[in-house]
Amino acid sequence: MVATREDRPAAPERRRPARQLTRRQRENRAGLAYLSPTFVVVLVVVVVPILWTILLAFQRLRLINIRRTGLFGDFTLRNFEYVFTSPGFWSSLWTTLVYTVGGTAFSILFGLIAALALRKRFPGRTLVRASVLLPYVAPVVAVTFVWEIMLSPQFGVANDWGQRFLGWDRPIAFLSQREYSLWGVDIPLALITVIAFEAWRYFPFAFLFILARLQAVPKDLEEAAVVDGAAPTQLFRHILLPQLGAVIALLSVLRFIMTFNKFDDVWLLTGGGAGTQVASVRVYDFLTSRLDIGAAAAQGLVLAAVLVVLLVVYLKFFAPREDES
Amino acid sequence: MDRATFETRLFGVLRWVVIAVLIVVTLFPFYYMVLLSIRPIEAVLQNPGGLWAGPAEWTVSTYREVLGSVDSGGQGFVRLILNTFLVAASATILTLLVSIPGSYAVSRLRFVGRRQVHFLFLAVYLFPAILLAIPLFTVFTRLGLRGSLAGLVVVYIAQTIPVSIYMLRNYLSTIPESLEEAAAVDGYTRLQTLRKVILPLAAPAVMANALYVFMIAWNEYLFALLFLVENRQNWTVSLGLAQLAGGIEVSKTVLMAGSVVLTLPIVIIFFATERLLTEGLTAGADKG
Repeated sequence: MVATREDRPAAPERRRPARQLTRRQRENRAGLAYLSPTFVVVLVVVVVPILWTILLAFQRLRLINIRRTGLFGDFTLRNFEYVFTSPGFWSSLWTTLVYTVGGTAFSILFGLIAALALRKRFPGRTLVRASVLLPYVAPVVAVTFVWEIMLSPQFGVANDWGQRFLGWDRPIAFLSQREYSLWGVDIPLALITVIAFEAWRYFPFAFLFILARLQAVPKDLEEAAVVDGAAPTQLFRHILLPQLGAVIALLSVLRFIMTFNKFDDVWLLTGGGAGTQVASVRVYDFLTSRLDIGAAAAQGLVLAAVLVVLLVVYLKFFAPREDES
Repeated sequence: MDRATFETRLFGVLRWVVIAVLIVVTLFPFYYMVLLSIRPIEAVLQNPGGLWAGPAEWTVSTYREVLGSVDSGGQGFVRLILNTFLVAASATILTLLVSIPGSYAVSRLRFVGRRQVHFLFLAVYLFPAILLAIPLFTVFTRLGLRGSLAGLVVVYIAQTIPVSIYMLRNYLSTIPESLEEAAAVDGYTRLQTLRKVILPLAAPAVMANALYVFMIAWNEYLFALLFLVENRQNWTVSLGLAQLAGGIEVSKTVLMAGSVVLTLPIVIIFFATERLLTEGLTAGADKG
């Protein structure tokens, strides 16, 4: 039966019998057929809408007249001009970057710490591991509401305890105050709170992947190092970290893309106010409050373009080289 | 004391500190959610920092308001729960029907464009979801799908297919190919092999996958907001809750009761299947 296996890389010069060729064709056809439902769905619901959005970005369109206009109208660059020159564009892009980098870095850092702490067995570990994953699996609407109420200046537990035990002289509006003076330095309070939420909600994701990788590290490697008298920090630096490099790099890219396009979390927590207007919230604002489809599409495209540039730069210069295909 | 002994002791202690902090940080918001949902609003306003409420103080009036029918002055969340369940279950089944053959093709069959498939998937996540909304909104309006649950299901399928195929592919590639060859020798067609040999072996992965897709669909908010907001009959729980929060006259404790109603099914499913789910999600990740 091994003789009929077709996936062995054959030398290109060797002539194959006709029967094997048709087999190959049949496999090709089956592959395409099996993938075609996927292809159709993604094409209809994702690819075509994206292409359409690109067309929309070059037309002056408002929500009221989109139903009557066709695909092609008067093409213009005015939307982009508008997007780039409208107030708040650059600050929103900057906010998005700070939010994305902060959310990605902290979620991975906390995920790493959690994975290292929960690595070895102890009674109740399964339960602890499951509860650590809760922020990630719980519905975003429910958890943002709890955060909102916990941090509320009027009846939130955070402010009540802060005033009672930490000596705050008045409540802090974590989600609606743009700047807060801490020891004479102004910090962007609402943005930091939103980043903290992001780290809280997504560190379980990083934790899950890092833990899976940690448990696959060969035991004898570590045992040998321990016998040689290596301290835990040395063990981590020289044995564990090199093994974790690839998974951390993958997580960074994944989390960066996801956070960069994130809408719900920020929208539900602050509505995009108090210096937290990330770019996707801005697209939503263009769309719903100004009913300006053209500008919303242009803003969205600029966002996607920035993301692509950042990814290309990363893959080109910083990504760890892998031989694996 | 040398460095290794010192550090071993230090981290031995730190480890427990970290575990304790982790438990508090992850569980406290959920505890607070449940606590507020059973406390009367007056008690919360009087003592917002209280972290304990005796049974004497408990109330179920918040749940009565959330779940009660609209006619009786409640918020009618029972209907929303059914809607959400219907959407999530259909999205799960349809996604699997599409992604099982898809992942089999990607992991086993060589076809033209196999290497380029990933770019197609990348497109799903590279563009902000809100960008897709504009054209979909228009098309759905024209087709009469806007405001219907079917339209929402279609969007959820497209949003979950890539991750579903990725997870399944990783699992399928661990099933030895010799099994398929044996089935072929026995005269099975490719489809029969997939159904009778591969699927039973991949059952845990398929199950984990189904749960994951179900969770994503159950929790989704943005597309529900965009497509369903005008049609109250079809609201999902997430949307209903967010709309409830916008109302002024609804007290925060009722909001928390709604959050519990929204979260509880997911938490139950999750704790019942935690091992299956985490292993399914990270299958292949341990290969580095």
